[in-house]
Amino acid sequence: MYYYLTLTRHLENKIAYICYSQNPQNPLIIGKGYLSTGQEAISVGASSTLDEGDWLSPSHRDMGAHLVRGMTVKEIFLQYFCRANSPTWGRDSNVHFGVTSKRILSFISHMGSMTPVANGVAAAMVYRGEKNVVLSCFGDGASSQGIVHEALNYAATFKLPVVFVLNNNQIAISTPLHEQTAVEHLALRAAGYGMPGKTIDGNNVIEVYLAVKEAVDRARNGEGPSLIECKTMRMGGHGTHDQYQFLSKKEFEEWKKKDPILWFKNYLKEKGMLDETGEREIEERVEREIEEAVEYARMQPMPKPEDLLKER
Amino acid sequence: MPVMTYGEAIRDGLRQAMKEDERVYLLGEDIAEYGGVYGITKGLVKEFGKKRVKNTPLSEGAIIGEAIGAAIAGLRPVAEIQFSDFMTTAFSTLVDVAAPYRFRIGTPIPMVIRAPSGGGLRIGPYHSKSTEAWYFHVPGLKLVAPSTPSDAKGLLAASIDDNDPVLFFEHKKLYYEIKEEVPDGSYRIPLGKALVRREGSHITLMTYGAMVHLALKTAEKLSKEEGIELEVVDLRTLVPLDEETLLNSFRKTNRVIILHEAPRRGGVGAELESLICEKGFDSLSAPPVRITAKMTPIPVAPQLEDYYLPSEQDIVDAAKRLVQY
Ligand SMILES: Cc1ncc(C[n+]2csc(CCOP(=O)(O)OP(=O)(O)O)c2C)c(N)n1
Repeated sequence: MYYYLTLTRHLENKIAYICYSQNPQNPLIIGKGYLSTGQEAISVGASSTLDEGDWLSPSHRDMGAHLVRGMTVKEIFLQYFCRANSPTWGRDSNVHFGVTSKRILSFISHMGSMTPVANGVAAAMVYRGEKNVVLSCFGDGASSQGIVHEALNYAATFKLPVVFVLNNNQIAISTPLHEQTAVEHLALRAAGYGMPGKTIDGNNVIEVYLAVKEAVDRARNGEGPSLIECKTMRMGGHGTHDQYQFLSKKEFEEWKKKDPILWFKNYLKEKGMLDETGEREIEERVEREIEEAVEYARMQPMPKPEDLLKER
Repeated sequence: MPVMTYGEAIRDGLRQAMKEDERVYLLGEDIAEYGGVYGITKGLVKEFGKKRVKNTPLSEGAIIGEAIGAAIAGLRPVAEIQFSDFMTTAFSTLVDVAAPYRFRIGTPIPMVIRAPSGGGLRIGPYHSKSTEAWYFHVPGLKLVAPSTPSDAKGLLAASIDDNDPVLFFEHKKLYYEIKEEVPDGSYRIPLGKALVRREGSHITLMTYGAMVHLALKTAEKLSKEEGIELEVVDLRTLVPLDEETLLNSFRKTNRVIILHEAPRRGGVGAELESLICEKGFDSLSAPPVRITAKMTPIPVAPQLEDYYLPSEQDIVDAAKRLVQY
């Protein structure tokens, strides 16, 4: 998990760097990056509980989960650069990957709209008698969408094997949680649907892993869905175009101290599971992978206009 | 007269309306301190306070629902939907509740929904759609699609006055791209009045929104290079549709190009073509031509988006074909 956390952070730093430094007339990254900086532990911890046959339905801040599910760094840059051989053939960009063969559903911008679809994937597995689960991820803002409430109720009613992971980074674009909802702990809502709900520290990758694992096991045993709310903070603008700081400098520094990657690194070091050499090796490996992928993706062709009409 | 961008003119229009009428208030995602994702409502919360510039949860159904209820109760809400694409999550509230309400009950529903729409910014299938045809089909809604800053301001004022729900499609590519002199203070451009933006004798080109600018640019080029004179008619409002201005222009030229950015099948253009065939059949010197986006979702990659959207070349080819027909 430490490797994936580091990879996610470095990869997203690279995306941010390219966005800031590229030539706007001839950009490398088409569109913007929506980064998970400061909340990587949710995506990596939650997706690490899945078996190969399980499905991921990510939100737009789930780079870590895409990597854990086996999306390559190359595929990710191909997508950001809109190349002809990107997962979406350049038809879509940034966080909208979704490689079905890796059992990843493609994120749809309409917030929360994937929750009922995740139910459908789960229903298909029940239908076929398979023991697999779906991880369905969304944010605090998305949780205000009617469709999310419909999906949660529906999943509970049919005891579908879905684990709903709510990343509560306490802000949606510019809207703070108290203007989003009157509920302090969003996991409390679970009771209203008839499923277990839990609020946990989203910056603690071990806590995320254990809580989601428990819910995954439950779902796998046919006991139905759960809602896991992971509390965290968005440590940057909504996207790479947006410098808006919702936090005061002081709050920002407070949250920075809770950085999930730093915390986990210290934890591993204390337990003697990671040393300086190991740390450096991982960083160098990650940097190498990223540099190679950027160079590779940069050299790939852009899509041909006529390919717009090609059937997939 | 001050020079304003399309976006500034809309902000000025909102400010005027709020100053003039206590009943007018704004609601939408991130519209208060943040000023909305395109910065259109920036500064208004300082001037009018949070009661009149209200941030909402991420919930289009609830936003449009509030607007309907507030309108029934006598206010004049102006809701912003962050991208017109996301209005679909409130589709039922809009088409089932708002649209037939006045028809059924007689109560005015004076609400405006501002919806940034359209492509060209490389932001893909969920932030670039031109969705007007979906609502064009629904009786009870009015549809406005301004193409210039001064039109945007004047049409916004008229939309706020209107007693039906008005969908106000702002073209997001125009927000910062075009500017012009815009009249100070308050003025109105009535709904349902098209405008001949350029006189021409050979072909009538009917269009709206950002495509008006493509049409005007191409018309100049055709005039210089081919001696073909396009008459460009800007619809301004799609519902109500100004049949009279459209038909008058067409009867002058006897040839028509219909241009829009939305995909072809079942688009607004089909209705215009049908209008020409039904009411202007005798004047047709050539079959009408529709230039539209391709029949696919709107893509991101620049090469693909440019190919997807109507182009200058499409208009040039069509014009040459029509005059030679
Ligand atoms: C239905 C819908 N309305 C509006 C938007 C525009 N929008 C994009 S991201 C966003 C905020 C999302 O907040 P949240 O779900 O908390 O996720 P976060 O960005 O905080 O991770 C909004 C309003 C959208 N994508 N979908």
